[in-house]
Amino acid sequence: MYSVLWVDLRFLRRHWLRTLATSLVNPILYLVAFGYGLGSGISFDGYTYLAFVMPGIIALTAMSSSYGGAGLKLHVDRLFYRCFDEYLMSPISLFALALGKTLIGVVRGLISTVAILAVGVLILPTLIVSPLFVLVLVSSCFVFSFLGVLIGMLAKSHQDLTTFNTLVILPMTFLSGTFFSLSQLPEAVRAVLYLLPLTHSSECLRAAALEQVFPWLSFLTLLGFGLAFFAGGMWALKRASV
Amino acid sequence: MEEMIVTEALTKKYGDITAIDTLDLKVNAGEIYGFLGPNGAGKTTTIRVLTTLTKPTSGTAFVNGFDVVKAADKVKEVIGVVQQHVSLDRDLTLRENMEFRARLHHLSSSERKNRIAELLDYIGLTEEADRIVNDLSGGMKKRAMIVGSLLHKPKMLFLDEPTVGLDAQTRRRLWDSIRRLHLDGTTIFLTTHYIEEAEALCQRVGIIHQGRLIDIGKPLELRQRLGLVTVETLVNNKETRYQYFADRAAATSYVQNLPPEAKTIIIRDSNLEDVFVELTGRKVGAD
Repeated sequence: MYSVLWVDLRFLRRHWLRTLATSLVNPILYLVAFGYGLGSGISFDGYTYLAFVMPGIIALTAMSSSYGGAGLKLHVDRLFYRCFDEYLMSPISLFALALGKTLIGVVRGLISTVAILAVGVLILPTLIVSPLFVLVLVSSCFVFSFLGVLIGMLAKSHQDLTTFNTLVILPMTFLSGTFFSLSQLPEAVRAVLYLLPLTHSSECLRAAALEQVFPWLSFLTLLGFGLAFFAGGMWALKRASV
Repeated sequence: MEEMIVTEALTKKYGDITAIDTLDLKVNAGEIYGFLGPNGAGKTTTIRVLTTLTKPTSGTAFVNGFDVVKAADKVKEVIGVVQQHVSLDRDLTLRENMEFRARLHHLSSSERKNRIAELLDYIGLTEEADRIVNDLSGGMKKRAMIVGSLLHKPKMLFLDEPTVGLDAQTRRRLWDSIRRLHLDGTTIFLTTHYIEEAEALCQRVGIIHQGRLIDIGKPLELRQRLGLVTVETLVNNKETRYQYFADRAAATSYVQNLPPEAKTIIIRDSNLEDVFVELTGRKVGAD
């Protein structure tokens, strides 16, 4: 498994600054635009909007960095560099391959979220980084890395990847309770939004960061998404080796 | 003689298209075996099946005695593969690409270091080792792919169109590398649509057309079956006719008796392209 991860770590080591900078642009823009711009003076459930939105921004950073970190490189290896067959022709198990490709997403997700978390702790001293918060954060990185591997394996063209990002990832970024409370929405809409893994990630991180009652059911659902994505990724890898 | 590759009625279909059609193949240990055929003949699909990348629709294939479907992991341990396209990570250096491949084959740290240095030297790429792959020439990339395929000392090396797109000089350097590997005891299965490559390198050649193996033999045997000497005759300034003869005396005798409308007569040695055209009715490089 480390053999698979190693090659992506080399790439990350060479391009760490660029990788970090590009993964932080969106969350910082969201933080400035929503946290300080639109949200200044608003309060939610007794918290400032900044305190409310920060866990959501961390969740979406975990999603975008982990999903992109795992999926995009895999996609490039398969369709552009065409070096993915090297894995399939080597005596390495598909399980190790799937996990190795997932771990680079987790590493990139954690680097980005720790960076944004550092900003968050500086501007928001009330933010609580408890073991539960860390558990949810790491779990989220795994879940979205699994999704990245699945989509990286399924996409047959760059257009496929762009289409998925536009139709699924982008709406999920804005609609999963990252920037607003789902309690404001009609029940039917809320039910649909609970079908998105980022909704559960946001809720769990927010509850942990603000010391609210922890939504264990949401956390289990998030893990369920992770299992489903991993199973899907394994299926896609098996299919690729036929 | 020990057989390194054995296939029986090997067939691969993609929907209605039959890429490999009941292929019976035997490649002996220690030989360079060439698969000659035009683009789309089924050469790459055959390599993909033999290297466990693609499962056959029916039939069996064994590499070093291991079934490519049932014992794919065992097959992967004994094969090295150089694909037709560049399959290197172009963001990494040559050395990193080699390290990556060595790790995939579970070589220890010291083995990796020694083997990479040894092979880069063997194939003349030591000075390029720390360059980013994207900055290397096409020939260097191909040679690097050969290095990558040899790190784990495979018994069986598959080369899929190894010199396609390379200039003549680079092609000859690569041929030298392939010959050296063969002399060192590696069995080599290569596909090509370059006649001169098959003639220069291969001890035996299989001619594949539309997924079927239509003839097999040593290059000289194949030419002997056709006739070692070819006479090309342009008739009525329109059509070139080809006649094949066992020797020059027979060819010369034929030419002396040609009618006056036969012009531009060429007498030359037959080659594998003549064999291919006679067997299939088309040129080897044609799509």
